[in-house]
Amino acid sequence: MSVNDTAAALPAANGGALPIGGGLPSNLLLRFSAAALLWFAASGVTALWPDAADAQEWERTGEFASLLVVAAGLLVLATLLTTGIRPAPRGRLEAAIASLSASVPWLIALALGVTGWEILTAKLNLLPRPFFVPPQALLEVYLDDWPRLLDCFAASLRLLVTGYAVGSVLGVVTGVAIGWSRAVGYWVHPILRLIGPLPATAWLPIAFFAFPTSWSASVFLIALASGVPVTVLTWSGVAGVNSAYYDIARTLGASQRFLVLKVAVPAAMPHVFVGLFMGLGASFAVLVVAEMLGVKSGVGWYLQWAQGWAAYGNMYAALLVMALLCSGLVTLLFRVRDRLLAWQKGMLKW
Amino acid sequence: MVALENTDTAGMTIDVQAVSHSFELHGAPLPVLDGVELRVEPGELVALLGPSGCGKSTLLRLVAGLEPPSRGSILADGRPIDGPDPSRVVVFQDPTLYPWRTVRDNVALGLEARGLLRSQGHRIDKALALVGLTGFEKAYPHQLSGGMAQRAALARALVNDPRLLILDEPLGKLDSLTRLAMQSELVELWRSKGFTGLLVTHDIEEALFMATRVIVFSGRPARIKADLPIDRPYPRHRGDPVLTDLRHRILELLGLAETW
Repeated sequence: MSVNDTAAALPAANGGALPIGGGLPSNLLLRFSAAALLWFAASGVTALWPDAADAQEWERTGEFASLLVVAAGLLVLATLLTTGIRPAPRGRLEAAIASLSASVPWLIALALGVTGWEILTAKLNLLPRPFFVPPQALLEVYLDDWPRLLDCFAASLRLLVTGYAVGSVLGVVTGVAIGWSRAVGYWVHPILRLIGPLPATAWLPIAFFAFPTSWSASVFLIALASGVPVTVLTWSGVAGVNSAYYDIARTLGASQRFLVLKVAVPAAMPHVFVGLFMGLGASFAVLVVAEMLGVKSGVGWYLQWAQGWAAYGNMYAALLVMALLCSGLVTLLFRVRDRLLAWQKGMLKW
Repeated sequence: MVALENTDTAGMTIDVQAVSHSFELHGAPLPVLDGVELRVEPGELVALLGPSGCGKSTLLRLVAGLEPPSRGSILADGRPIDGPDPSRVVVFQDPTLYPWRTVRDNVALGLEARGLLRSQGHRIDKALALVGLTGFEKAYPHQLSGGMAQRAALARALVNDPRLLILDEPLGKLDSLTRLAMQSELVELWRSKGFTGLLVTHDIEEALFMATRVIVFSGRPARIKADLPIDRPYPRHRGDPVLTDLRHRILELLGLAETW
């Protein structure tokens, strides 16, 4: 047979080309220099401008200024390297610099923001204390209290991952079961309808009472919060599978097991990932509440504890850690999805 | 389970005995097949022609074993059909490739479902070569043109060495040039493999160009109106005057003679 009806031919297999093939902005040198200069300025303001006389002297001001100098220095280095990579970037380091150049506006805005923050808090003391702290207060927390923060980070991660994993696995299994078996659907659907919309945190009082430890109670709550959306979306995914997919597999000799695992589940995967994403968001909320009210460790607990001592620097530091944790996990989930659902995309990398 | 290394690849005999079938529609039965009697001998390629929606595709689903008939019985090689079997494979109008599998993994579906992937995997490449898709193993369905996707669907069927190939308007959605090319290709495949073929089509010329027999159905509920042997050698020619006469005859049977 001929294959001259290749109207939708395969993408060219030159996967080696860099995505920034369009070339670098012409004023790259200028942009990097401007950013570097602003970071130097931020450092200068921090180190040389004396702190407001009517407030405490902040520790770690010198260290913070040094950090800013390092950032500025790295930008200078990048600036020097950019001069060497015209006209077209080659190699990994140069590609990294090229992608960094896309962030130059952000680097400039960050430098301006840090400088403004520094001036408003430490230098002029214009914002109400103790609620607002200068950036070096956060650095102080990271330098002095890092063992406890790290501990809390690990505890939060462990709790979240345990609860989320239990909830997701049970959610997928339940969703497939409801979508597949009429009997399971008959019994589980009404329960899901009644309990599903209830926020998992509403179970908090009874959960802490009913479970042996506050940790296991929290795992239950996080699993519940993440499991419900995963169940509903998996179910709808399985229910929406093109029935011709089953006909094809049946005529080719597929067993029920094959139909579930190799047809229904992969076909429902795009839905499952929507559920996983929703469940992850719900699990963050429950994590923080559970740690604030019951569990004696974790970033949520740290936030509560810092607030109790009016240690607002610690609180901001913990909030930042929390934000990185949540955002990192969402990013990870998207990476996994992109990998597993590569077949969905119009453009495929291989 | 059917022997896989059936080197003779003999076609299957299909015996449709007094089959009637109806669907439930708004609580009332909707008859789609009415007393259909049809015997298909091994190695025949029988085309089923009839008005749109008359029940031809339903008959194919019954032969495939995807549904049991309301009344009557269907025998495959003398044994009643009680479910789908890999010896009777369907190619639908839509290729229905699994979008999450590559072309190769789609073609492997039947072998995988029966746990034969390891021992029989070499047949995948043969099937792909047979339909001219060598080199496209790693492509995903959304990257294929309509014709290529339907070829992949054909390979997915052929890799199982079916003794009956059920073709439900397999070329219905292709552009006319691709369709003409694939008609010849299908005939070649059928002639070299020796399987029995059942082909539902709306295209009279396609039926006459490909089939050994054309069965003309009435409107719903479908009854057999005529059973016309096409006694012409292969490869056939579209301009063959005998086929032209038959075409006229079939148009008359379908109530479209005034268009001649």
